[in-house]
Amino acid sequence: MINDSNRDKTLGETLREQGISRRSFLKFCATTASMMALSPAMIPKIAHALENARRPSVIWLSFQECTGCTESLTRAHTTTIESLIFDFISLDYHHTLQAASGHAAEQARETAMEENYGKYLLIVDGSIPMDNPGYSTIAGISNYDMLMDTAKGAAAIVAVGTCAAYGGIPHAKPNPTGAVSVGDLIKDKPIINVPGCPPIPVVITGTLMQFLTFGSLPELDHIGRPKAFYGKSIHDRCYRRPFYDKGLFAETFDDEGAKKGWCLYKLGCKGPTTYNACATTKWNDGTSFPIEAGHPCLGCSEPDFWDGGSFYKALSMPTENITRTVIYTAAGAAAAGVALGAMNRHKKNQAVATHNRTSIDDLKK
Amino acid sequence: MSSSTVVQFNIQIGDELTFNVKPLLNEVKHALDKLIETGQSTVIDLRSIPLAPGEEEKILNVLGLGEVQARLDALGLSEVIETRYAGVWIVTHYNDDDHIISRFIEVTSMPEILCSQTEDIMAAYSRLGLTLNDEQKNNVEDS
Ligand code: SF4
Ligand code: SF4
Repeated sequence: MINDSNRDKTLGETLREQGISRRSFLKFCATTASMMALSPAMIPKIAHALENARRPSVIWLSFQECTGCTESLTRAHTTTIESLIFDFISLDYHHTLQAASGHAAEQARETAMEENYGKYLLIVDGSIPMDNPGYSTIAGISNYDMLMDTAKGAAAIVAVGTCAAYGGIPHAKPNPTGAVSVGDLIKDKPIINVPGCPPIPVVITGTLMQFLTFGSLPELDHIGRPKAFYGKSIHDRCYRRPFYDKGLFAETFDDEGAKKGWCLYKLGCKGPTTYNACATTKWNDGTSFPIEAGHPCLGCSEPDFWDGGSFYKALSMPTENITRTVIYTAAGAAAAGVALGAMNRHKKNQAVATHNRTSIDDLKK
Repeated sequence: MSSSTVVQFNIQIGDELTFNVKPLLNEVKHALDKLIETGQSTVIDLRSIPLAPGEEEKILNVLGLGEVQARLDALGLSEVIETRYAGVWIVTHYNDDDHIISRFIEVTSMPEILCSQTEDIMAAYSRLGLTLNDEQKNNVEDS
């Protein structure tokens, strides 16, 4: 994994040595800009920064997780581009992907930490069990000890997936393992949260590229997510929005409204309170996203999404007044959206306090 | 199950769904205006705009095919097409598996990626020099 001869070279030098033309590099930069959700006007700047970027050491720790986040990333559709990124970074430790195991693997982690102290990027997926350290260990080391030890020398930490970012499903009530997020434990390092269950692959690589390209943290929102990807709600960018604004809703999964592609709000869509890039970036080679397939958004990139009440219950119904305001003025539409968002957040917080189960009746309604 | 009982999830593309097509085409027109007035190029990332199913095709259909269609072999295939509106190009990048990885509308007289790049020209110069040297050596040895 570690290739020391490449460590001190810039990305530009490494690519030229591999015989990659400038034209290919431009394609790489254009796709990277698109991946980072940056304006195409930034392409020359990205080209310049990438040309001079040096190969960083990356340590990836997986704690209480389902490997979905790693799966999401390794199934990323831009194979050529992603493999270039992976060639570029020095992934010095990732216990799912690396060939070494046991002591040899731990040795690789310690060596990478020593050699790059203060400079390496730490990526974490999965939450950390605090009830009993025995719930999840790697080479006999508890998740907590490994995180605290590895975080010390990190330049920054990227918490990939809702589990690492906010506790996720292990943290759902009644939280049997006492799962907490990376941010709950570490307060003295910059942390970038890349939530999603799993996160969209290009959002993971886009965030990494942003850090690697510019060597600085991307602009983050109030819960630590890069604004470039999480700055807009699903609802803001949903193509079904015109139906919402007209008050046209599917009432069941197979009624006329559902077949006509009307808004899924009444079927429990959490789009209005969920911030993620699904509506534009989409999933599976940019094919579609859940709402396009006829299923409401579950809100997977938000803290406590699992405890936010039933996935199929609308948290609050748009009232007569809101619907009317929306029809009359565009400014009203924005204001109504905000009002609804606030109402939903309040309901959601209430629901979090009392864990709800989804019944068959919810699905039939 | 008879075909009539199969639930269809395909979305009907009514006029109300195409809300981003017109503004986007207007943006292209503004960009052309800027190109004519100031010579400045514009690049629009099609993947940054929320489009309903079928809307991207609609935009591509309106723009149509013009005189130039180029294929590049650079880290996978890329297609550079001049639309029926001169100065408006569609640049599509594919990966090795032929999946689209990014798509741009470029409003310019020549998309940058079509031009030979200075670095590549310089590398070509030294490569050609080496080839000629080899040739010469071979000729000397042969004679
Ligand atoms: S409620 Fe859901 S389906 Fe309806 S417009 Fe908003 S995000 Fe789209
Ligand atoms: S649509 Fe909603 S639930 Fe589905 S992946 Fe996107 S943010 Fe998560």
